[in-house]
Amino acid sequence: MDALLELLEKNARLTTADMAVRLGKSPEEIESMAAELESQGTILGYHAVIDRDKTDDDRVSALIEVKLTPERDGGFDRLAKRIAKFGQVTSCYLMSGGYDLAVIVEGNDLKEVAQFVSEKLSTLDGVVSTATHFQLKVYKQSGFLAADTHEDERLPVTP
Amino acid sequence: MKPHEDRIADHVKQIPRSGIRDFFELVQGRDDVISLGVGEPDFAAPWHIREAAIFSLEKGQTSYTSNLGLLSLRESISEYVEGQFDVRYDAKTEILVTVGVSEALDLVCRAMLNPGDEVIYHEPCYVSYNPSIALAYGVAVGVQTKVEDEFVLKAVDVAAKITDKTRMILLNFPTNPTGAVEPLEELEKIAALAIEHDLIVVSDEIYSELLYGGESGMERGEHVSIASLPGMKERTILLHGFSKAFAMTGFRLGYSCAPHALTEAMMKIHQYSMLCAPIMSQNAAVEALKNGAGEVEKMRRAYARRRNLLLNSFEKMGVPCFSPGGAFYAFPDIRKFGLSSKEFALRLLEEENVAVVPGDAFGAAGEGCVRACYATAFDQLEIALERIANFVGRL
Repeated sequence: MDALLELLEKNARLTTADMAVRLGKSPEEIESMAAELESQGTILGYHAVIDRDKTDDDRVSALIEVKLTPERDGGFDRLAKRIAKFGQVTSCYLMSGGYDLAVIVEGNDLKEVAQFVSEKLSTLDGVVSTATHFQLKVYKQSGFLAADTHEDERLPVTP
Repeated sequence: MKPHEDRIADHVKQIPRSGIRDFFELVQGRDDVISLGVGEPDFAAPWHIREAAIFSLEKGQTSYTSNLGLLSLRESISEYVEGQFDVRYDAKTEILVTVGVSEALDLVCRAMLNPGDEVIYHEPCYVSYNPSIALAYGVAVGVQTKVEDEFVLKAVDVAAKITDKTRMILLNFPTNPTGAVEPLEELEKIAALAIEHDLIVVSDEIYSELLYGGESGMERGEHVSIASLPGMKERTILLHGFSKAFAMTGFRLGYSCAPHALTEAMMKIHQYSMLCAPIMSQNAAVEALKNGAGEVEKMRRAYARRRNLLLNSFEKMGVPCFSPGGAFYAFPDIRKFGLSSKEFALRLLEEENVAVVPGDAFGAAGEGCVRACYATAFDQLEIALERIANFVGRL
């Protein structure tokens, strides 16, 4: 299972046959392993890792530190889940340290993100404060380095 | 003036030109070649290791080190070797840090051999074994291993070569170029021979982390060092290094673990010829041993996936290839095509632009096979295998 996840995490576009060859299993075994991972929610979904700088898309992304008042039953969960449901939120994590939630928000422009924070996020009951950090440049995301070209400089034949 | 050729020392003149070198010159200068002819990882050294080397330079650590190597490194090696091989060596007296295992092997031969002393080694093998022995005025006695035995070294074949001049047995498991792994029972028999005839065993275990266990090779196989067998530590010189598992070939760093008196003798030569291994490489190696295990295992799994592809493809195209237990080489048997391994490799290069190394470059016992290294990016390997399939389809 772990070997299959390792493969998919790097490249989810591999065909079942491709994965079967790499892992030395039959295509049927791969199918049933993948189905199990999906049904038990280990695999939440598949997506492409896109370098936005290479697209015409001017979308902006921000990391928002959110401080919350925990609730007597359930701590941060109810409020965190409520925040995570907003379409603008692409990721949402409970953090240790100086704030409680790290919320990644995407919008078409600065204004849209600012509006989301001021109108939706900070007005929620239980949200104590927010601090918004806009992302300026991507160097690495989801394990991939942006603009990374590793040339094979080895000698063609060595002992 | 005498021609320069006549000035070359006899024992150097007698060393034949490397078959690898010949082939290298053919491959070099061709465009669009996919080379399965390399003997090193395609990965760059993990970043945290490179970063440690950079930091070492930033701190201004550009001096010599102790001839034996940094004590901190030798202590890390001692701990690592105990974990990996289950033998304990004293960091202060039994470990020597060298410029690659190649230097260590040269030191062993020069420190241990008198002219005419014999060293038994197994073929096909790494190209430097025979010349290293010859350059130390020793006599290299090859034992042929066979594709039928999956290139396992049979103790009976070793026994047959032992004479009163035999001083050492040189082993390399997992083996370059075959990927063979020695079964424990044969290893025990070889150990018994060494004890019976009072011989030293030199064991080059550079590929020992790269073992493919479990049904599909995805699990890390277990390595047994001959040094860990009863009564063997005191007669084994264990050679290991950072090139393969840690992808650090260019750092040129290896080491030997051996009884104190032997380590001292090797150190005597090392101190005059090399002085010490480069300090930034040694600092990088400390980091590699401290924090590198995860990256090593990640690379091993990547090799395992490629190995599966390679074996699967050879099977589909009807090229017999035993399942190699270690390293990152496959050694397919091409005899059924009626070509010598050199002809096969040459035509494959000319017709399909794929480089593999003719098996006879690793000794006569390699004839009939070619070495295909799968330490190559997966997509490149896929293209190379398609080209090989086209080629053998025409034969």
